[in-house]
Amino acid sequence: MSSAPAIELTGISKRFGPVAANKDVSLSVAAGSIHGIVGENGAGKSTLMSILYGFYEADAGEIKIAGEPRRIRSSADAIAAGIGMVHQHFMLVETLSVVENVVLGAEGGALLKGGVAKARAVLAKLSRDYGLAIDPDAIVGELSVGLQQRVEILKALYRGAEILILDEPTAVLTPAEADQLFALLRALKAQGKTVILITHKLREIMDVTDRVSVMRRGQMVAHVATIETSPPALAEAMVGRRVLLRVEKKPRERGAPVLEAVGLSCRDGRGTETLKDINLTLHEGEIVGIAGVAGNGQSELLEVLAGLIQPSRGVIRLGGQILAAADRHPARLRERGLMHIPEDRHRSGLVTAFSAAENAILGYQHDPALGAGPLLSPARIEAHAREAFAAYDVRPPDPALKTAKFSGGNQQKIVLAREIERGPKVLLVGQPTRGVDIGAIEFIHRRLVALRDSGVAILLVSVELEEVMALSDRIIAMCGGRITGERAAETADERDLGLLMAGVTDEAA
Amino acid sequence: MSAAPVELPRWADVALVPLVSVAAALLVAGLVVVGIGENPLEATALLLRGALGSAEGIGFTLYYATNFIFTGLAVAVAFHAGLFNIGGEGQATVAGIAMAIACLAFPALPGFLAAPVAILAAAAGGAAYAFIPGWLQAKRGSHVVITTIMLNFVAATLIVYLLREIIGKPGSMQPETPNFPAQAILTPMHQWLAPLGIDLPATPLNTAFLLALMALVAVWLLIWRTRLGYAIRTVGANPRAAAYAGISPAAVTMIAMAISGALAGGLAVNEALGVQHRLVLDFTAGYGFVGIAVALMGRGHPAGVGLAALLFGVLYQGGAELSFDKPAITRDMVVVIGGVLVLFAGALDGLFRRLVAGALGMGRTG
Repeated sequence: MSSAPAIELTGISKRFGPVAANKDVSLSVAAGSIHGIVGENGAGKSTLMSILYGFYEADAGEIKIAGEPRRIRSSADAIAAGIGMVHQHFMLVETLSVVENVVLGAEGGALLKGGVAKARAVLAKLSRDYGLAIDPDAIVGELSVGLQQRVEILKALYRGAEILILDEPTAVLTPAEADQLFALLRALKAQGKTVILITHKLREIMDVTDRVSVMRRGQMVAHVATIETSPPALAEAMVGRRVLLRVEKKPRERGAPVLEAVGLSCRDGRGTETLKDINLTLHEGEIVGIAGVAGNGQSELLEVLAGLIQPSRGVIRLGGQILAAADRHPARLRERGLMHIPEDRHRSGLVTAFSAAENAILGYQHDPALGAGPLLSPARIEAHAREAFAAYDVRPPDPALKTAKFSGGNQQKIVLAREIERGPKVLLVGQPTRGVDIGAIEFIHRRLVALRDSGVAILLVSVELEEVMALSDRIIAMCGGRITGERAAETADERDLGLLMAGVTDEAA
Repeated sequence: MSAAPVELPRWADVALVPLVSVAAALLVAGLVVVGIGENPLEATALLLRGALGSAEGIGFTLYYATNFIFTGLAVAVAFHAGLFNIGGEGQATVAGIAMAIACLAFPALPGFLAAPVAILAAAAGGAAYAFIPGWLQAKRGSHVVITTIMLNFVAATLIVYLLREIIGKPGSMQPETPNFPAQAILTPMHQWLAPLGIDLPATPLNTAFLLALMALVAVWLLIWRTRLGYAIRTVGANPRAAAYAGISPAAVTMIAMAISGALAGGLAVNEALGVQHRLVLDFTAGYGFVGIAVALMGRGHPAGVGLAALLFGVLYQGGAELSFDKPAITRDMVVVIGGVLVLFAGALDGLFRRLVAGALGMGRTG
């Protein structure tokens, strides 16, 4: 191992039109260390890493890899310099096998056979060295997200990466998968690899990194050793002011039941039972959190309650009345005060190609206030959005801007504003803070608690156990489509919930 | 890296990129003309003079443009719902059949009713024929690209059968219907304008052109100013978000296809009711397919469709004149120019977007 830093960036600047995405950024990453880079969405982390990986060329500044100045103008240059990148959205071909994905772009000749055989051998060695157990012939599309990420890491290692950049690697992982990833990163470090971890989750930084750099508005604002800092200090550096990481919540008497599910079951397209005999009651003025590893029926529960899929058995009561099949429709349910913040805003909560104003009426396009008869008035849609965006601090407050151009946090605020401002009685909330920066998380949590205080019944599904524990009055654990237990928030602890989430029920214990 | 779509300012997106595409297409077409030993500048001048240099030329150009507006709008409306309707030919054919049946079944309708009934019959026929692939897509998941193109063949066969056996002119050797009742026929433009003292040469341009202009406005209203248009665009951009919003993608698919088919029916109105005054075989003459190019070039926006339709109108009319004046430049050559235009304005659009973005100094956006 050389004593020179694995990566040394000096005075990197990059402008996109009027926006300075990186301003005079310097960064030094010691070889054989895990280096965290934190910052809110839009702080310039991704731009910086894209410069390092050759997607963009910096307007100014110098890049040194292992002490040598380098010009990196393409990802091929980056790979040649020993840099590998694992993107937040995987760059895998889902229909190909693991080994075929690994050799992709490095096939080594016109015929696959030689390259694949070589890759097989290398994969076997990598698996031994790092404990990366994976079947080289498995089809990538059939692997879990955690394993797909391993394939990405293997791809980078196969190309001889000495420096591995991971962009928000845990955004798609369950807590257990995240822990496995961190174990892997530590193993890589032990073998002398250098890891750069980009994230906005402070717990991960504290857990796994040696040093951390904080970016804010395109500039580096701090470089510290991880043991010398703390989550509140990092959060303050990221946001530029003090932030509350804990949710302030006063106890509140819950009211009458508003939403009840009795014996609810559900099957997916292949006939597999995704929900099994769910019994659940939601009262006015309480937040009920669902704790569970992703893919254990929480998504289906939200979708059934929101009228997006139909149950195979069971009854849903809203405001005391049993919902007929025709009423279990998103539009009918909205009319009756059941609003829904979906788990994935890109897939279903927003039309990112539309303007922000048009998205602020999605699901409410039949509101008579928005236009006469069959018409929609652009002026009214815009006025409506202007008002909502001001109330929910959507930045920039520009209703005409395309929704895809907003940051994750602000997109989520658009969804939140849309579903909350019309006075829900019941609010179904899925992953409210996924891909959302700290400032916006604080805002969203405060809004949800305020809504609960005003008497709204909230069902919260989140893969962040911390979030469920911080916001909920009651916590229900799910595993394999079943409810495995319920805890009052005051008495719940992470270990106990973890057992319930793993399917160890109260009766079995 | 996958090529992320390049973001451009709106004005560049709607005006500059198509202009660059057309310029590049003309350049390539010019090279082809040079290749066969003709002067491209002279050819261009002849083409433009033929299309726009006389009242007669303009009349023909606008007549062609009328067809392209209808078929281009048909493709554009379906496109907004995320559907690629390439069945304009078949839908126009069935529209023509429905119109012919209405005209021949009610020969004695009063003048103020005859044309509207014929037009509505055409719209209904086109809508019904496009509804079939819409229904198959919505309920059975059969892809509209496949079903619409196959139904083109069905319609082409159907019209042969009907013209031979059922609605054909008795005793005629031609596969055609008897003439439509005179009061149903759309008035030619030169007759419209004659009482105003404007003396125009006789061209096929007729009232259908005005209907086409109205259709442009109506489609713009529908797509950008109505709740239905909002639903159509939502389904086209993100069907899951549509379902979340309580919009049924299946219903919107069927409705959008029906509207699309009704617009394709405009081709039958212009050709059969406006020009030929009877239904003849092959009256669609490929206009339905050119509509795809028109919609692509016009980026699905009625203003763009109007301009693209005009461009193709110029090309058709000017091309005919050109091949008359320059026998070396045959009609097939003009088809080549049209093809190059489609290639550059439709298929290679991304190429020029990047180029334009580079020229504007925007670089790649993250």
